[in-house]
Amino acid sequence: MIPVAKEVGSLRAIASGGIVSPTGNPDLPPDKEKEFRRELVLRALQTLQEKV
Amino acid sequence: MEIRVVHYLNQFFAQIGGEEKADIGPGFKDGLVGPGRALQQALGDNGDVIATIYCGDNYFAEHQEQAIDEQCARIAEYKPDLLIAGPAFESGRYGIACGAICQAAQQRLGIAAVAGMDEDNVGASLHRKNIYIVNSGTSIVRMVPTLQRMAALGLKLVRQEAIGKPADEGYLPRGIKRNEFAAKPPAERAVDMLLAKLRGDEFLSEIAPPKFAGGKPAAPLRNLKSAVIALVTDGGLVLEGNPDKIEPGRPTRFTTIPVAGVDSLDADKYDAVHSGYDTAFANRDPNRVVPLDTMRELERDGVIGKLHDFVHSTGGAHAAVENATLIGRQIAERLKAAGVSGVILTST
Repeated sequence: MIPVAKEVGSLRAIASGGIVSPTGNPDLPPDKEKEFRRELVLRALQTLQEKV
Repeated sequence: MEIRVVHYLNQFFAQIGGEEKADIGPGFKDGLVGPGRALQQALGDNGDVIATIYCGDNYFAEHQEQAIDEQCARIAEYKPDLLIAGPAFESGRYGIACGAICQAAQQRLGIAAVAGMDEDNVGASLHRKNIYIVNSGTSIVRMVPTLQRMAALGLKLVRQEAIGKPADEGYLPRGIKRNEFAAKPPAERAVDMLLAKLRGDEFLSEIAPPKFAGGKPAAPLRNLKSAVIALVTDGGLVLEGNPDKIEPGRPTRFTTIPVAGVDSLDADKYDAVHSGYDTAFANRDPNRVVPLDTMRELERDGVIGKLHDFVHSTGGAHAAVENATLIGRQIAERLKAAGVSGVILTST
C-alpha cells in the first residue's frame, strides 16, 4: 500500500503487517504478535518525529 | 424569437469602482455595461442584453443569501430567458458570486444560466457540478472569446438544443455521464490508444484520472512524551452492530468511537465493516486494525503523552476521491479542535 499512499500525497508512510491485519500478524503466536504491533507502532511514532 | 439576457458583473467590470467599492450592495442598470458590449456582439440578432446586475465582491461574499435573494427578485422582474455571469477569470470572490447567482437563477427562477471563470477559480470547484461554467483562463485578454462561448452555450440552453461534450463546447466538465454509441468497441479503442501512445501521437483518454491535491507536510512532532496521539482508520472499525451505519464500501461518512478507559479492543464489542478485505482476522482481534492495546501501553509507559479519547473510522473500499477528501477534512478538523498533535492512520 505504500505506493498508493505516496500516490495520493501521504508524506509519512510505513509498511504495515498486511492488508487484512495492518497492525497484526495472525500467523504469529499472541505474545509475538503483540511484540510485532509494539515495534510497528513505535516505528510509526518515530516517523511522526521525522522531518519530511 | 429574441432571447432576453441579463448580465451579471462585479463592481469593477460594472464600472462602479475598484476594491474601494467592493462593499456596495446589489445594483441594476437597464441595458448593457462594459463587457456587455462584447456579449451583445456575440449574441448578434439572436438575443438582447436587456439589463446588467452588479454587486460588490465583498458585499456578495459577506451577505451571500441576502444578495442572492435581492438579485433573484430583480432578475425575475426582467423576465429574462438567460443569465450570463462574468467572466470572472481568476478572481475568487467574483467567481463564487457568478457561480452562486447562476445556480440560484437556474433553480429558483428556472432560467438558463452560464458563468465564466478560470478552471482553478474556487467558484468553479463550488459550482461546476450544478451549472455550466465556461473556462475563461486567467487573462482578461480572453474576455471576447470567452463571452462568445458563453453566449453560444447560453443560446443553446435556451433553445433546449443538445449540449455537446465539455471539450467541444468549452465548459468545465460537470461529472455527467451520458450513454452514447461508439463506432468501435472498447477493446479496439484501447488498442488504438496504445498504438497512438507507442507512436508518440496524441490521444485522449476516455476516463479522467482523479486529481490528488498534495498536502503540506506537518512539522515533525517535537516531544512525544507530551503529545496527544489519535488513532484513525479506513479499515471500517465500528462498535458492535455498526450504530452509525457506516458503509462497508463507497463511504460517505465516518464513525466516532469513544475509547476513553478502554485498554484493548475486544472482539465481542467491535466489528470491522469493510467490503474490500477479508475482515475475519480483524473481527477476531480488532487491535490488528486499530492498535489500541499497544497505544494504551505506550501511554501507561510514558512513551506518549496521551492517547486521544476517540477513534475515527470509515470503510475505505472503493472510496470516491471527493468523498474521501471530505471525510479526511472533517476528521482532521475534529482532531485539530481536540488538540491532537499526531495521528496514526491504519489502512487496510
